[in-house]
Amino acid sequence: MEGKEQEEMEKEYTVLTFAEYEEGLKNGKLLGLRCASCKKITCHPMPVCQWCGGRSLERMELSGEGELTTFTVIRVPSEGFEDDAPYIPCLVKTKEGPCVVGRLDYDAEQATQELIGKRVRMNGSYTYKGDKYSGGAHTCPVFEIQENKSVTQIDTD
Amino acid sequence: MRDVAIIGIGHTKFGRASKTSLELFSEAALQAIDDAGVDLKDIEALFQGAALPGFEEGQVTPPGFSAAELNLNPIPATRYEGACASASIAIREAAMWVAAGEYDMVIAGGVEKALLMGTLFATRTFAMACHAPTEGPVGLTFPGVFAMAARQYSRNYDISIDKLREKMAHVSVKNHKHGALNPLAQFYKKLGDLKVEDVINSRLVADPLTLLDCCPFSDGAAAIVLCAAEEARRYTDDPVYILGTGQGSGGPLSKMEDLTKPVSRISSARMAFKHAGLKPSDIDVLELHDCFTIAELIALECMGFFDWGEAADATEEGQTELGGKIPTNMSGGLIGKGHPIGATGASQVYWLVKQMRGEAPKGNQIDPVPEYGMTDTLGGDFGTLCHIILGKGK
Ligand SMILES: [Zn+2]
Repeated sequence: MEGKEQEEMEKEYTVLTFAEYEEGLKNGKLLGLRCASCKKITCHPMPVCQWCGGRSLERMELSGEGELTTFTVIRVPSEGFEDDAPYIPCLVKTKEGPCVVGRLDYDAEQATQELIGKRVRMNGSYTYKGDKYSGGAHTCPVFEIQENKSVTQIDTD
Repeated sequence: MRDVAIIGIGHTKFGRASKTSLELFSEAALQAIDDAGVDLKDIEALFQGAALPGFEEGQVTPPGFSAAELNLNPIPATRYEGACASASIAIREAAMWVAAGEYDMVIAGGVEKALLMGTLFATRTFAMACHAPTEGPVGLTFPGVFAMAARQYSRNYDISIDKLREKMAHVSVKNHKHGALNPLAQFYKKLGDLKVEDVINSRLVADPLTLLDCCPFSDGAAAIVLCAAEEARRYTDDPVYILGTGQGSGGPLSKMEDLTKPVSRISSARMAFKHAGLKPSDIDVLELHDCFTIAELIALECMGFFDWGEAADATEEGQTELGGKIPTNMSGGLIGKGHPIGATGASQVYWLVKQMRGEAPKGNQIDPVPEYGMTDTLGGDFGTLCHIILGKGK
C-alpha cells in the first residue's frame, strides 16, 4: 500500500473526543473547539463546527460562564436517579456562544422562573455511574447561580 | 411518482394489554386488511414502527415475526425506529415505495407495549431517545425536556408560569374530553369532565408539568393498508389519499436555538405542505403529538396554525375545539387516547381516516366531514419529526 493511502486510512477525524471533554469537566474545565472558518465555538465537541460545518477545528477552553436559559425540577426520575430526585437539569448559553446541558446546583424547592436569565458559572461536574445501557459512566457540567447578576448586567459590571 | 391511497385501517384498544406485541400488531393488521376487503396474499411488504421492543419483551427485529405470524413471509418486513414517531416514518416509507411503483399494496403501522415496564424503567427507556452522552448523566426525562420548553415559552412570551399552567391545562381538559368519548382510548369514559384546577393540582412530574399535563404509558397497535391510488376504488368507495409527507431530524437539546421553535418540526411540516401543495388554512382537522400539554401548543405554532406565542390563548379560547379554527386531537390525542409510542403515528392516521369517513365517535366527529387532515408526530426530544397530510380527494 502506498504511504498516502495508508495515511488516509488512518487519519484521525476527532479533534477532541468525548472522553477528553468529560475528563476536562472532571478537572473543572469546559473544553470546546474553535472553527477556523467562522471563528465560532463548538461545545460539546463534534467532528465538524456546529455552526457552519467547518472541518478545521482547534481545541480551546471556555470560561464556564453564561446565562441560564431554562431548567426544570425533576420529581419523577428515571431509573438510576431515584436518590437524586428532586434535581435540576438546565440549559446554559455560554458567554462564548454554544449552549450546554447540565445540572444546576440550587435548592430544588426554591427554584422559580426568576432564575431564568441569571448569570451562571460552572462550579464542578456530576458523574453518573451509568447502568447496563449507558456505555459506562458519563459526566456533565454543574452550574451555580451568580447571585443577583442578570446577563444584561454583565456588560456594566 | 404515483399517488397513494389508504384503503383499510385497524386499531386495537389502547391501555394495558395482556396479549404480546406480535398478537397486538396482527390484530390491527388483520382489521385493516378486512376493512380494505383485500386478501393477505395481496400484501407485498410490511413496514412496522416499534420503538423499544428489546426492552419490553426482549424482542428485536419484530417485523419478520409479524410477517410470519400473518403467514406473509417471506415478503420484505422492516422495522422503523424513530422513538415516538416510529409508525409515522414507517407509513411515510411505505407510501414512498408504493409511489415509486415498487409495490402495489403494502401494510404499515406500529406497536408498543410500554406499560409492562413500569413507570421507573419506562421513564429510563423513553429517556434513551435523549442525547445519551450529554443528557444521559444529567438525568433528563421526557417530561423534563418539555418542562424546560414550557419555561422558555413562559419567558419568550412574558406569560407567568401560573398563567401558562392554566392555559396548558386547557389542552388536557380538551383532549381528555374527547378521549373519554373514544371507545378505543385508554381513558374511555374516564376524566371526561376534567377541570383546569384538576390538572394544575395533580402531582408535579417535572416542574411546571403535572401528571395530567402528561400522556400515559400505553400498550397498543394500529395499522393501515396502502395501495396505488389508481387501484383504490376497486376496493373502497371512500379512499383517503396521502397528499404529502415531511420528515425532519433534530439533535442534542444543547444545539437547539429555542426549545419552543424546533427546526426539525418546522422544516418537516413545511416539507409536507409543499409536497401536498396545501397550506395550514386548507387543513380541517389535526391529530398532533400532544405528549405533554405544552407540546400541543409548540406543535400548533411550528406547523403554522398560529403565530408564535398565540397557541396558548387560542387554545383557551376554544379555537382548537370542535367548531373552532382548527379542531385538534378529536381522538383524545396522546393525552386522552394513550400513547403506545411505536403505534402512535398509525393511530393518528387511523383517526383522521375515521374523521374523513364520518365515522368518528359521537361528540368527536367534525361536521361537515373534513376534506383535509394532517398528522404531526415527534420522536425523542425533537430528534425525529414526521408529518402526513391526508385528503378525501387527490
Ligand atoms: Zn464554523
